Amino acid sequence: MRITTLALAGAFALAGIGTAAAASPTLEAVKKNGFVRCGVNASGLPGFATVDDQGNWSGFDVDFCKAVAAAIFGDASKVKYVPLSAKERFTALQSGEIDVLIRNTTWTLARDTALGLDFVGVNYYDGQGFMVPKALGVKSALELDGASVCVQTGTTTERNLADYFRKHNMKYEPVVFESSNEAIAAFQAGRCDVFTTDRSGLYAERTRFSNPDDWVILPEVISKEPLGPVVRHGDNEWGDIVRWVFYATLEAEEYGVTSGNVDELRANSDDPAVRRLLGVEEKFGEYLGLPQDWAYQVIKQVGNYGEIFERNLGMGTPLGIERGLNDLWTRGGLQYAMPFR
Amino acid sequence: MAVNARPTRRRRAAHFWNDARVRAVTAQIVLMAALLAGAVYLVHNTLLNLERLGVSTGFGFLWTAAGFDISQTLVPYDRTHSYARAFLVGLLNTFYVSIVGIVLATILGFIVGIARLSSNWLVAKVAAAYIEIVRNVPLLLQLIVWYFVVLGNLPLPGDSIALLGGAYLNIRGLFLPKPVPEPGFAWTVYALVAAIVAVVLLARWARRRFEETGRPFPTFRVGLAILVLVPLAVFLLTGAPLSFEYPEVGRFRVSAGLVLLPEFLAMVAGLSVYTAAFIAEIVRAGIEAVDRGQWEAAYALGLSRGQTLRLVVIPQALRVIIPPQTSQYLNLTKNSSLGVAIGYPDFFNVAGTINNQTGQAVEVIAITMAVYLSLSLAISAFMNWYNRRMALVER
Repeated sequence: MRITTLALAGAFALAGIGTAAAASPTLEAVKKNGFVRCGVNASGLPGFATVDDQGNWSGFDVDFCKAVAAAIFGDASKVKYVPLSAKERFTALQSGEIDVLIRNTTWTLARDTALGLDFVGVNYYDGQGFMVPKALGVKSALELDGASVCVQTGTTTERNLADYFRKHNMKYEPVVFESSNEAIAAFQAGRCDVFTTDRSGLYAERTRFSNPDDWVILPEVISKEPLGPVVRHGDNEWGDIVRWVFYATLEAEEYGVTSGNVDELRANSDDPAVRRLLGVEEKFGEYLGLPQDWAYQVIKQVGNYGEIFERNLGMGTPLGIERGLNDLWTRGGLQYAMPFR
Repeated sequence: MAVNARPTRRRRAAHFWNDARVRAVTAQIVLMAALLAGAVYLVHNTLLNLERLGVSTGFGFLWTAAGFDISQTLVPYDRTHSYARAFLVGLLNTFYVSIVGIVLATILGFIVGIARLSSNWLVAKVAAAYIEIVRNVPLLLQLIVWYFVVLGNLPLPGDSIALLGGAYLNIRGLFLPKPVPEPGFAWTVYALVAAIVAVVLLARWARRRFEETGRPFPTFRVGLAILVLVPLAVFLLTGAPLSFEYPEVGRFRVSAGLVLLPEFLAMVAGLSVYTAAFIAEIVRAGIEAVDRGQWEAAYALGLSRGQTLRLVVIPQALRVIIPPQTSQYLNLTKNSSLGVAIGYPDFFNVAGTINNQTGQAVEVIAITMAVYLSLSLAISAFMNWYNRRMALVER
């Protein structure tokens, strides 16, 4: 009796996998749930992912979660945010607890292959740096021989740090914390001379210090940290959706489409690139398994890449980060959308 | 091991399920088989799913270079060593903090437990307040207070607090003079070993004489004298072959010397103070479990309160104390994994880094569980052995 039940359950499970293989199983699940489960930074990273006292999330990474929801549902609010620590994030994605991970995560060979993950793009080109108290009087990371360094565990940071100090034949003492909040508290208390993480994180954390001007970020960038959204390996259709939602924000900036003028451009633009992007021409929505106006909804509700960047990280925000490498390729940066054709 | 009182000479005609023993054994076999099948299913399912997700599995990663550094290493280690070595470093750090914590918690716990029974009102109330406050505040919170509030407010290296004997205390840790043995120091070590052997033999002889003749011997004082004086005499005779490397205070940091990291100090303080509160209660319960008549009989024989405690009450109380004490030691060892919150590089902390660098979550968690399990079983085995030694011996 019990064996029959088990066998039946097994057969149903198999059948489920069989039918879902045709379309994207993740997209099907998302539609069924009615929201996108998006993994974000648990400890909150100003400018990238923060939550206010009403439980509303905002930030650069959060906006890309919203963009995916806008493309699927036409409603940017249909996101369930799952706060994850650096250690938990990949397991949460592998096990299907979240649909997409947008949590300042570095694209590396090992993660892309051995972890069963797929990186779909680079929404922020970052690099690891060092922050020191101004009073230390240090101008370059090469003066840090013998320093103690506070660092958060579960990141590529520890290894980069070891590599850098070894390469320059300097000694150091790593003090490794589970959460970045503790690492920063110890750094501020004077336990360490140096705090190290991605430079975006250094700028973000510095805004939370009581006297941001008393701390300097050293000029050295010791690693390449391309941060981007991650999906599970094997569901290529879902990967396509996240990838092209991201490209849509870039393409929109390149062709001057903003949340302010998108309605007018959709009605009146003669530019074929804009017409294709906004779904007036071609059937890109159908190819992706999305509504025809998916990119319009993304731009209308969330904005183009430039808008997202300026709103969360740009010179008008406490972070004051320049576009730099994250500028469009047309202005000397690295951000480049594959063509919408 | 149930003992079946009645010899099993049953009538053949009875069905086997009417035999309670057969039923019991069958039930156990079925249960074991179900458990095993469940375990096999879980492992198989995990492997299958990992395979489907394209996650690589296996323990091969253990032998590749770790590529990260650890602040406190009891064996030589740097970034070029393997992940297996990094695990070992973390394990030794867990051992280190657990053993120091267990020793300090036991001493403090005994003192507080006995203080709680003191006839002095103030001493008893202070001990009671300590126990009630400490054991009702979560350990994680206490560790954070020790680390960020107590040790976090120490001065920067430039303004180090100078302690006696050339030691310094600042936010980077406790810096002690580091003993550097010179040639000939080995003789002192041999003398110490010889002294320990002598004291053990002396204690045995004193005990036997006491049991035979009833004449007490001041074992403790004589033993201590042997332990201190013999190695000291040899040390001085060989020309005091030991020098100290003193810590030096620089502008940014203290260099040289022996350093105890603040993470370690906070862990030891937090773990031992917390566990001592529980041990104190166990000690109190153990002492109160000894019959009032034992005290009175000892007093009637003319023993002082201290002698009564030491010679009559505590030996009997230990039988009650040891089993729950074992649980506290196990708790302390497992609680040392909270070091991850304040940057102490214990096994769990190192495993976390390895987990993230390699992405081998299932393997790393399996190793972590296996290590904590064996650690706990080892402590259990030791304490069970000690318990048997201490158990009531009928003469």
